[in-house]
Parts: sequence; structure tokens; C-alpha cells
Amino acid sequence: MRRILLFTGLALLAALLVWGMRGLPAFGSYPGPYGDVINQVAVAERHATDTVSAVNFDYRAFDTLGEEFILFTSVAGAALLLRREKSEEKEDENDGEDRDRGRAPPPTSDAVRVFGVALVGLTVGYGLYMISHGAVSPGGGFQGGVILATAPLSVYLAAEARTFERIAPKTLTEIGESVGAAGYVLLGLAGLVAGVTFLGNVLPLGRPGEVNGAGNIQALNLIVGLEVATAFVVLLTAFIEETLRRRLRREDR
Amino acid sequence: MSPHFLPYLVAAWLLLCGLYGAATSKNLVHLIICVAVLQTSTYVLLLAVGYVSGGVAPVFIDAPPGTRAVDPVVQALMLTDVVVEATVIALLLSLAVQAHKRTGSLDPDQLRPLRG
Amino acid sequence: MIGWLQTGVLLLVAVAGAGVVRTRDPLQQSIAVSFYGLTLALLFFLHQAPDVALSQIVVGAVALPLMILLALAKVHRQDEERRGREEAER
Repeated sequence: MRRILLFTGLALLAALLVWGMRGLPAFGSYPGPYGDVINQVAVAERHATDTVSAVNFDYRAFDTLGEEFILFTSVAGAALLLRREKSEEKEDENDGEDRDRGRAPPPTSDAVRVFGVALVGLTVGYGLYMISHGAVSPGGGFQGGVILATAPLSVYLAAEARTFERIAPKTLTEIGESVGAAGYVLLGLAGLVAGVTFLGNVLPLGRPGEVNGAGNIQALNLIVGLEVATAFVVLLTAFIEETLRRRLRREDR
Repeated sequence: MSPHFLPYLVAAWLLLCGLYGAATSKNLVHLIICVAVLQTSTYVLLLAVGYVSGGVAPVFIDAPPGTRAVDPVVQALMLTDVVVEATVIALLLSLAVQAHKRTGSLDPDQLRPLRG
Repeated sequence: MIGWLQTGVLLLVAVAGAGVVRTRDPLQQSIAVSFYGLTLALLFFLHQAPDVALSQIVVGAVALPLMILLALAKVHRQDEERRGREEAER
């Protein structure tokens, strides 16, 4: 019975979608003016050769502010949902030891360790390159931030849990995430203070094609990169918190 | 069907697939991944709307500014969307983990009665 | 030439999306969703959208399957704890 209802609903939706999409212009013929206008003006106006970053961080920077706060809120929500509760804390101390004796995971193999060490340097370098060259070539804060967040993950997989906790302690990553989220708003307010619009350009413009030629876009890229990287590390820590604590306790013994 | 209409059809197909999977799912994690497929159908639609035949990528580091390029506005929308929706999926997954902790099963049909 | 590639990858995306939905086991589905993310990134790249392709590669092939696997591992551990608690009560 439920299936019949589902299929009827899906068929109706399919008909509605096809009818609606017949009104769209044919694929490949782009009628609207905004894309062409921005392509003509962006390089001369903003000195940024990557027009997608220019749209993200200058022409529609307010939307990116909203998206950044969606990211911040959902990471806060996930970390809140996965927190340890008081009842679990007591249970953990009592019977964690009995279970650990029977089911210790095998030690990390040497190949994984070597690969992890090699990968960490590469990912950090590549992530920072991607973040800082956001205004010049395809890339930017969002992409580079996620790449940067995989470096602590490689450390967690290849090294001891103590190392992971030392390079990505909880307070530091949470502070970094808040700084990233607040920094965007503060830079926008700096625009208001300087006399231009909110999130208007306040930093000096250089030559288009250079890394620090785009002014505000560069700074916003760095802030968003920090925010995204620390957000993903906080998310990762929230998910693996229990296992991390068990590993730490086992290593301390 | 001419190839001028195909991307829109694929976007509609992905939307319907995601909806079907979400409605007939017996596992919360499977349901959440079907919601992720739903999100990707909007990316295909946006990409198709902004495409210009014969246009290049809207990055003018080696092409002189003035060459006909695809629309950068829809690409900017898609870019932030991809990263942000991943965190929303993470939030949904942590909701599923909490639901499993309380009730012991990942079946959406078992989660219906709410006890106050 | 590139028109044929675009059409081919579009059909591949449609098939991969249907495959993700049809895979019922979440563990196998994480692999399927990783492959689907890669085909999507290829689609974005062929349609002159390198920024979005970069985002999709990093998120869809790395971050999303990672979170799915971590959630499944947590669920598995909770199952084992529940079973251990029930056996202790008996």
C-alpha cells in the first residue's frame, strides 16, 4: 500500500519536473547577463583572476557568510550530540579495563606509519598552497581547508594517539573554529568602519595574478580556510572521542 | 531526446532516486546517504543551467579576460554548498548515532513512538 | 569530442547514483558513494568547473565516506556494549 502511494507520488513529481524543465533554456545556450558581466569586469575591478573566488568573497560575500555559519552551527550540533554524558563517564572507568584486555587492536604496521608521515607533509603543503592561491587559480579557503583537515587524520592513523592529541588539542581547535567564524564578521565590520559597505574591500589591491593582489579576497580566503579545517578536525574528534580516550588510556599504562 | 535536454533529465532522475531510496529505507545511515544523493542532484541542475557551449573555465590566469567563459555565479553557489552539505550530513549522522544509542536499532520504523 | 565525453559521464553519473541508492548495506554504500563522488567530480571538470571539481573530490571521496565509516564504527561499538551489558545482567 505504501509502495503504491510512493510510486504515484514519484510519478507525479517526475511529470512536474519534466514540465518545469521544458521551460529552461537549452543546455549550452546561456541567456542571462550576470555571468558575462562578471567575467568581463572581475579581473579589472578586483584584480582577481579566479572569478569564482571573486564572486564568493566579494560580489556575494554575504552568502558565504551564511554558509560559513551553517558549517559552524552543524559542527557545533554534531559535537554537542556526540558528547560524553555523566552516566557514561562512570561506566567507562569501571569496565573499560576488562574489555580492553580481550580485544586490543593490532599494532600499526610500519608501512602505514611511513606512508602517514610522508602524507602529512604533502597534505599540509598542498592545503596551504590551495588556500593562499584562492584568488589566482582554482582553489580557495573551502577546498584547501578540507585538504588541510586530513593531515591530523593521517597523524591519528599512523602515529600514537598521544601525538594526535598534542597536535590537535580540543581547546585549540575549538578556539580556531570560533576565530575563523568571528574573523569573517570582523573583517566585514572593518569595511563598515573604513567607509565602504559591509564586507567591502579594505586591503590594498595589487597586480592581478599575484597571490596578494586581491585585497580582501585573500584575507577572507585565509579566514575561511582556518574555519573549515578546524571545523572538520573538531568533527573528527567528536566522532572518535571514545576510541581516542581508550587508546590514550592504553598507551599510558 | 536531444543532448540539449539530458543534464536536466539526469538531475531529475537523481532527485527521484534519492527520494525513492529515502522513502523505502530500512536503515538510518542508508537513508542519510540517500539524502546526500538528493543534494547532488541540485549540483547537476545548477551546473547545467550555467554552462555555455564552447566556453572555458572562468579562471583568467592564462586566458585573456574577454574569452567566453561559463557562468561563475552558479559555480560559486555550488562550491560552498558541497563543503557545507558535508557537515550537515555529519550532523544527521550524529543524530542517527544518538537514536541508536537510545533505542538500540537503526530501523526508522522502530523509532516512531516518542516517549515524553 | 568533448560533447561525447560529457554525455557519457552524465550517463555514468545517473547509473552510479542509482547504484548508491540500491546498495542497502551502509558499509558497502560508503564505497559506492565515494565512487559516485568521483564521477561527479569528473562531470564538473568536463563542464569547465575546476573549483567545484576540487571541492567535490576532497569532500565526496575523502570526508563523506570517512564520516559514514566513523558513524558505523560508533554504532557497532554501541551494539557490542549493549550486548555486553545484557550478558552481564543475565
